[in-house]
Amino acid sequence: MTQALATTPQTVSTARLSSWSLLLNNRLAAAGLLVLAVIGLIALLAPWLPIPNPNATLPANRLQPVLSEGHLLGTDHLGRDILARLIWGTRVSIAVGLSATAIAALIGSVIGLVSGYARGVTDNILMRGIDMLMAFPYILLALAIVAVLGPGLLNALYAIAIVNIPFFARNVRGVTVGLASREFVDAARLSGKSHAAILFTEVLPNVLPVIVITMSTTVGWMILETAGLSFLGLGAQPPQSDLGSMLGEGRRLLFNAPHVSIIPGLMIFALVMSINLLGDGVRDVLDPRLRAGDLTRPQAVTRFDRRTQPPQPSGARDILEVESLETSFQRGRATVPAVRNISFTLGKGECFGLIGESGSGKSVTALSLLGLVASPPGIITGGTVRIEGEDVFSRSETGIRALRGAKVAYVFQDPLTTLHPLYRVGEQIAEAILAHKRIGKTEARARAIALMEKVGIRDANERVDAFPHEMSGGQRQRIGIAMALANDPDIIIADEPTTALDVTVQAKILDLLQDLRRERGLALLLITHDFGVVAQMCDRVAVMKDGEIVECGRTADVLRAPRHEYTRKLIACVPELGQGKAFLESVRPLFAEVKP
Amino acid sequence: MGGYIVKRLIYAVPVIVGLSVIVFGIMALIPGDPAQAILGAYATPENVARINRDLGLDRPLHEQYFIWAGNLLQGDFGRSFILNRPVLDEILERFSATIVLAGAALVLCSVLGILAGVVSAVRQFGWTDRVVTLFVLIGISTPAFWLGLLFILIFAVHWRVLPASGMYAVYGGGDLPDLLRHLILPAVTLAIVATGVIARLTRAAMLEVLRQDFVRTARAKGLPERAVIYRHAFKAALVSIIPVIGVQAGFVMGGAVYIETVFQWPGIGAMLVNAISTRDILLVQGGVLVIAVTYVLINLLADVVQAVLDPRLKS
Repeated sequence: MTQALATTPQTVSTARLSSWSLLLNNRLAAAGLLVLAVIGLIALLAPWLPIPNPNATLPANRLQPVLSEGHLLGTDHLGRDILARLIWGTRVSIAVGLSATAIAALIGSVIGLVSGYARGVTDNILMRGIDMLMAFPYILLALAIVAVLGPGLLNALYAIAIVNIPFFARNVRGVTVGLASREFVDAARLSGKSHAAILFTEVLPNVLPVIVITMSTTVGWMILETAGLSFLGLGAQPPQSDLGSMLGEGRRLLFNAPHVSIIPGLMIFALVMSINLLGDGVRDVLDPRLRAGDLTRPQAVTRFDRRTQPPQPSGARDILEVESLETSFQRGRATVPAVRNISFTLGKGECFGLIGESGSGKSVTALSLLGLVASPPGIITGGTVRIEGEDVFSRSETGIRALRGAKVAYVFQDPLTTLHPLYRVGEQIAEAILAHKRIGKTEARARAIALMEKVGIRDANERVDAFPHEMSGGQRQRIGIAMALANDPDIIIADEPTTALDVTVQAKILDLLQDLRRERGLALLLITHDFGVVAQMCDRVAVMKDGEIVECGRTADVLRAPRHEYTRKLIACVPELGQGKAFLESVRPLFAEVKP
Repeated sequence: MGGYIVKRLIYAVPVIVGLSVIVFGIMALIPGDPAQAILGAYATPENVARINRDLGLDRPLHEQYFIWAGNLLQGDFGRSFILNRPVLDEILERFSATIVLAGAALVLCSVLGILAGVVSAVRQFGWTDRVVTLFVLIGISTPAFWLGLLFILIFAVHWRVLPASGMYAVYGGGDLPDLLRHLILPAVTLAIVATGVIARLTRAAMLEVLRQDFVRTARAKGLPERAVIYRHAFKAALVSIIPVIGVQAGFVMGGAVYIETVFQWPGIGAMLVNAISTRDILLVQGGVLVIAVTYVLINLLADVVQAVLDPRLKS
């Protein structure tokens, strides 16, 4: 415990350092920070700057244009210097915006912390209250509050702060709920700390990033909205003035002297824009999902950058030939191969197994065959895939697309995530047909029903209108198979088709695939991590490890005399009924790295 | 579906009751004696007591609430002393103007925002994405009331192509093209911030969906990219975009307060600003309540649309 405490500050400081550099690396955020710093500095130094008194009126000198002598930005309808008023007004607007943010953050966070930590009735009452506040359109509640308190800058500040409390309360509560059930909070509770102490010393530090993110994303609004209330005449009252009230006063002179209202508006814009740029930067830095680049959209088309391209051989060809396939992933600037030197063939009507543990590159291989690897980060960097002797990767994207689902179809692992949740299963099967055949919708639907019957779905006539979530896992996978059969393909690539299913359902799905293969002469590429499945289904098998095929041969031969150590481990991992402890004993020596 | 709508309607009832309690509570907090304010110089103790009795102000607060709520249900929102007419009449007249303005802005920001967001996501990191992102940033950082003034200067004063203020209803006799001419500037101004917000969230939703397994399935079926994006990815993203539009309806109706003031649009927003200045409390009360209830109903509609799109939500 002491050790952990001693190391914590260090990790925090390094994290902060990298956050800072990340923030400054973000060009837009850095620009926002710079502009904000300049504006803030000028506003802060206002009393010492060589500018006229912002409230000194000189009617004779009224409505001077921009760049007139002695008045860089001109004068307003009372002859007051606009530059001086702008600087002092900015000072007020920033102060009001920051105070409103601080108030909203303080009250909102306390509500969120208490609500998320206490749960139960307290949580319910507080959150229903917050919901009620959010049921009002944003600025309307502020108006109602100003109506009660009366116009005035301080009242506008309170109104805007109250309106923003829900954002803090909700965000903070969300994180607190997760934290309150964590071990370190339990430990603190058992050590006899009071609830208040736990909230402030254990929970609060972990909630701070959320508070900071919420502050950085709301402070811009708050400045904007208080300026808005002042613009309407409900905020700052003369002689006091902020940017909003300057704009409001200037509005009456819009046609004669537009600069009086345009200048303060420009300032509000610059201020809010720089805050928003900085706020986005802060959010990106503190949100690990964005930092990891996880939200990068995979492109529609897989990138090909083949350095090797085996020559086109002649002679009799298998239906699918893979030669020296290499697919790489981009990691930062480097390109790291995920699978290397993959070569195998698949004959007509044959079942070929590709086996290996997760991460061995089986799925990447399967997706590479028809250019379905997500780019970025994937790039196909070498080798060739031939279907009936023709190089797939030499085709155009449209050309490859004509193969997908027609000549070669996929069956994926988890049918709950691989079927579209918002379309009826019949529509999804029909769509697969219509992607390649010019037939009417009614006919496509009739064929979809026939396919569903084919894959053993009872009452296909009714189930055709079911949504995926209304079906069981096994039924969903049958739909996946029906979809794959839609255009009578020659090859089916089944990527762990039964892994997400119960054991009994697994057996039925495998039987179905086997029957279809015999009946239609399908070539089946079966990807799995289970040698039991391979033994039952496959004529030949290739064993993959760390992106390479380490062993390949007839299934019976590989099972009888595995040449590679890794293959032996995989085979040993298939338990037989009744083996019990003996199974564990026999497997243990194979995994020397795992301590018993 | 019908059952679901009824269920959602029933859920909305406590929310609306809660809103009315808050609105009533806020107005009850107002310092000062209404009777004093009404009577002014004639505020003798007897007169004050009589007015208080007439208005029910001598009763306990919760009784006052039930009387007020009962009157509301019968369409009696009280009487505006400043305008000397029933509050409901004034609100109904101005409500239609606000609905026209806010409705137009909402349609505008939904269409433009979704379009910009989808294009931006599909071309992530391309120049279209950068341009959209920049416009979004500018949009959400611009004070709408200032932008309105700029638009007036540019389009009404400088180019003289569009009117700067009003709506034909005030001047009487306009037809639809005339209304549209008056509508363009305020509606566009009002839509800008919300367009930015919707574009931003649409982009995020699309990026999230485009990584899903079912998008890969759609590609594996051999569908053209356009179908993958619009039929598969967009439909799934729309489920999370709809509630955002519901929330933006609130921002648009709130923002109408500024825009109606800038463009002298005869809606509830401008009415509220005047009523607050003249301390016409009953008018503020009624106006706030009507807009808040409208907002609740719009979100209810958004919930229903979402459930139509996503059958999983109904169960």
